Amino acid sequence: MNRFKRIEELVFKWICGIASYSLIGILGFIIIIIFVKGFNALSLEMIIEAPKGGYYYGGEGGVLNAIIGSLYIALGSSLLAIIIGVPAALYINVHLVRYKKIQNIIRYLLDALWGIPSIVYGAFGFSLMLYLGMNASLLAGIITVALLTTPIVIRTFDDVLDTIPKGLQEASFALGSTRSETAFKIIFKQGFSGFITAALLAFGRGIGDAASVLFTAGYTDLIPKNLDEPAATLPLAIFFQLGSPNPLVRERAFAAAAILTIIIMIISILARILSNKYSKLNLNN
Amino acid sequence: MYLRRKILSRMSDAWMLITLAMIILLPLIIGVALYFRASGLLQNTGLIHLLGTSEWLPHEKKFGFVPFIFSSLYVTTLAFAFSAPISFFAAIYLTQFSHGRMLKIMQPVIDILAGIPSVVYGVWGILVIVPFVSKVVAPAFHFTTSGYSILAGGMVLAVMCIPYMLNMLVESFLTVPQGLKEASFSLGATAWESVKHAVIRKSFPGIISSFGLGMAKAFGETLAVMMVVGNMVKLSLNPLEAGYPLPALIANNFGEMMSIPMYDSALMFAAFLLFIIIMAINLIFRYFIYKTQMR
Amino acid sequence: MTLDIIKNIENSEILLTNCIFEEVEKNETILKIENLNVYAKKEHILKNINLEIPKNKITVLLGPSGCGKTTLLKSLNRLTDLYKELKVSGHIFIENDDILASKQNTSVLRQKMGLLSQRPYPLPYSIYKNVAYGIKLKGIKNKKLIEFNVEKKLREVGLWEEVKDRLHSSPESLSIGQQQRLCLARGLAVKPRIILADEPTSALDPVSSKIIENLFKELKKHYTIILVTHVLRQAQRLADHVVFMNYGEVIEQGSSKEIFSNPQTSQLKEYLIEGN
Repeated sequence: MNRFKRIEELVFKWICGIASYSLIGILGFIIIIIFVKGFNALSLEMIIEAPKGGYYYGGEGGVLNAIIGSLYIALGSSLLAIIIGVPAALYINVHLVRYKKIQNIIRYLLDALWGIPSIVYGAFGFSLMLYLGMNASLLAGIITVALLTTPIVIRTFDDVLDTIPKGLQEASFALGSTRSETAFKIIFKQGFSGFITAALLAFGRGIGDAASVLFTAGYTDLIPKNLDEPAATLPLAIFFQLGSPNPLVRERAFAAAAILTIIIMIISILARILSNKYSKLNLNN
Repeated sequence: MYLRRKILSRMSDAWMLITLAMIILLPLIIGVALYFRASGLLQNTGLIHLLGTSEWLPHEKKFGFVPFIFSSLYVTTLAFAFSAPISFFAAIYLTQFSHGRMLKIMQPVIDILAGIPSVVYGVWGILVIVPFVSKVVAPAFHFTTSGYSILAGGMVLAVMCIPYMLNMLVESFLTVPQGLKEASFSLGATAWESVKHAVIRKSFPGIISSFGLGMAKAFGETLAVMMVVGNMVKLSLNPLEAGYPLPALIANNFGEMMSIPMYDSALMFAAFLLFIIIMAINLIFRYFIYKTQMR
Repeated sequence: MTLDIIKNIENSEILLTNCIFEEVEKNETILKIENLNVYAKKEHILKNINLEIPKNKITVLLGPSGCGKTTLLKSLNRLTDLYKELKVSGHIFIENDDILASKQNTSVLRQKMGLLSQRPYPLPYSIYKNVAYGIKLKGIKNKKLIEFNVEKKLREVGLWEEVKDRLHSSPESLSIGQQQRLCLARGLAVKPRIILADEPTSALDPVSSKIIENLFKELKKHYTIILVTHVLRQAQRLADHVVFMNYGEVIEQGSSKEIFSNPQTSQLKEYLIEGN
C-alpha cells in the first residue's frame, strides 16, 4: 500500500477517536460541574420549602414551589398530550393504514412541527391566552406545553406502531372488530412500549422546557392550588434566581439545576427500562 | 348490544379524526395567529423596512431587525462550526471503528444529554464558558470582555447541538447495510476507504439532514443562548462582543411589551420570523430524509 | 496508440495465464485450511475445519442454513475481522501464505479473492465507477487503462452490451440480476485468484440465476470458485467438488460424483433425500 494512503488512514482514524473521546469528556464535564455546584447547595430545606422573602432577594428557603409547579405542568401537559396524541397516532396506523401517501405527509408535518422551537410555542400560547382572556396561570402553561409535546407523543408512539405487522390488524378485523376497537384494544396494547416511551418523553420535555412557560405560566413563590393560579417551574426558577444579586439565591439556582438534571436522568433511564420490559413482554405473548 | 358497539365505534372514530386534524392544522394556526398579531407592525412599517434596517428604538417606533437576525445567524454559524465536525467524526468512530459495546453504552448517555433542558446548559455556560472566554480567549487577542458574548453563545449552543446531531448521524450511519461495507472491504479497501466511499456516500442525505436540522435547532434555541450571549443590540463581526439573537429578544422583553405601543407586535413579528424560517428549514431537510427512506 | 499497447499487454497476459493453467496438473490445490476454529462468544461456530480447495474448480459448500458455511467463507478473506465478537484460530494457506497470520496486509490479501454476496451491494457510485473502484484500489491510475479494464470486466460478465449507453448512471437503475453481475465485474476487477460466492442467486429470478450459473462455468477456466448454496439442484449443476457441512463441522467431502451418487454418512443421505 502506498504511503499516502497509509497516512490518510491513520490520520482519520485518530481524528475520529479524538472527536469521540473529547465529546465524552465535554459531556462528562457538564454533568460534573452541574452536580458539584448543585450538591454543594443542595439540602433538605431546598426540597421541602418554598423560598422565603422573595425568590429574587431572600436567601432563605428552597425551591419546592418550582418542583411542585414543574411536576404539575409536566403531568398536566403530558396527560393532555396523551389524550390528543394517542388517538391521533392510532388513527394514522389503523384507519390510514392503506393510505401510505397520506401517512407519510402527516409524519412529515409532525416531524417538522417537532422542530419548532419552544419560544414560538410560548409566543403562540401567549396570543392564545390573550385571545381567550386568560391570565398567566398553571392552566395556560399546561396548554402551551401540551401543544409542544403532542407532536412528540404522536411521532414517538407512531414509530413503534408502524413496526407492528399489518397482519395483526387483519386478524382483528377478521374476528369482527371495528376499526376503533382494533385500534384501542389490539394495536394500543401491542404498541404499549411505544406509549410508555412517548409519555415519558413528553413528561421530560414538559418538566424541562422554559421558553414556552416563560409567558404563560407566570411565576410565584407560592405553591399553586388551583389551575388558574400562576405557577413557578424549575427551569424558570434556575433562570430567574441565577440573575439575583444575592449569592444565597444563586445557590438555590444551582441546586435547582442539579435537581432538574437528576429528574431528567431518572426519566430517561426509566423510559429505557420500561420500554425494554414491555417490548419483551410483547414478544413472549 | 351491537348498536351500542357501533355507536361507540363511530364516536371514537370521530374523536380520533378530530385530534389528528387538530394537530395537523396546528402549524397553520400558529402561523396565522402570529401573523395576525404581527400585522399591526407590518402595516405600519413594512416588511422590507423591518428586515432591512438596523435601528432598534421601540419608544420611537423604530424596529429594525437586522442586528437580531445577524446575531442569530452568527451564533448558529459558530455553533455549527464547532459541533458539526465533532459529531460527524464521533458518529463515524462509534458506528465504524469502535467496539459495538461502546455504542451501546453511549446511546443512553447521548439520550440523557439530549434531554437535559436548555437552561441547565445555560448554567454550565455561565459557570464554565463565560469565564473561559473572558479569561482565556479574550486576553489571547488583547481584548477585554465580560465573557458574555457571541462566542460564548456559539460554544454553549454547539455543546447542546452535539447530542442532537450525533443521534441522527449515528442512526443514518447504522442504516448502511453491512454487506456494502463487506463488499468494499473484499475489494481490498482499507477501513477508512470503505467509510469514505461506501458509508459516508451512502448516508450523504442523512448527514446533510442532520446538519440542517441541527442548525434549525440552534437557530431557535432560547434560554441557554440568552443566558450567555450578553443581549445587547449591536452589529459587530467580533465574536467577543455581545449579541442579541431573535429568541432572546422575544424572551427578554415579554414583561414590558404591553406597555410600549407596537412593541408587542414587533415581538410577535420576531416569533413569526423564527417560525417561518425554522419551519422552512425543517420541511426542506425532512423532505430530504423521507425521499431517501422511500428508496 | 497507447491503448493498443495496453491491449496487447493485457491479451498476452491472458494468453500467458492460460498457458500456465493448461500446464498445471489437474488437481492442484489453491487453498489449504488447517484446524480452523471460529468462536462467537461461547458458541463454537466452526469446529476444526480441514479442507483443501482445488484450483480452477467450483467447490460447493453445502449444508442446512446455520451450519457455518457463510462464516467459513468470510474467514477465507478475513471479513471475520469486521465482527469483533468472532475469534478465529487455525491456518488458511493460499499458496503457502497464511491468510490468518496477523501480520498479513489484509488489503492485498482480500484482493486475491472476490466476494459475491447474497444480495448485490453496488457502491453509491455510477456503474462505471463501481468497476473502476476496484481497479483504482489496485493502484492503477492511468485513465485509459482503467477505461479499458472496466469494459473488459463488464464484457467478462456479459453486461457490457446492456449498460454501455448508461455507464454513468446509478446502478440502482439496473435489475437485481444485472446489479449482481455488476458486483461480480467489480470483484473481478481486482484480479482475484478465487471467487467467494455466498448464495449469489438467492435474491435473483430464475433467468438471472441461470445467467450467473453459466458465468461461473465460464469463469472457472480462469478462477477458482467457492460457492455457498443451499439449493441442492444448483450444487448438482455446478459442483466439481463438494463439501457437506452440518453444525459447524465438515461431515463429508469429495468430488461431485462421489458425493451425489454415493453419500457415505446418514446425515448427507438425509439431506440429499429431503433436498430433492
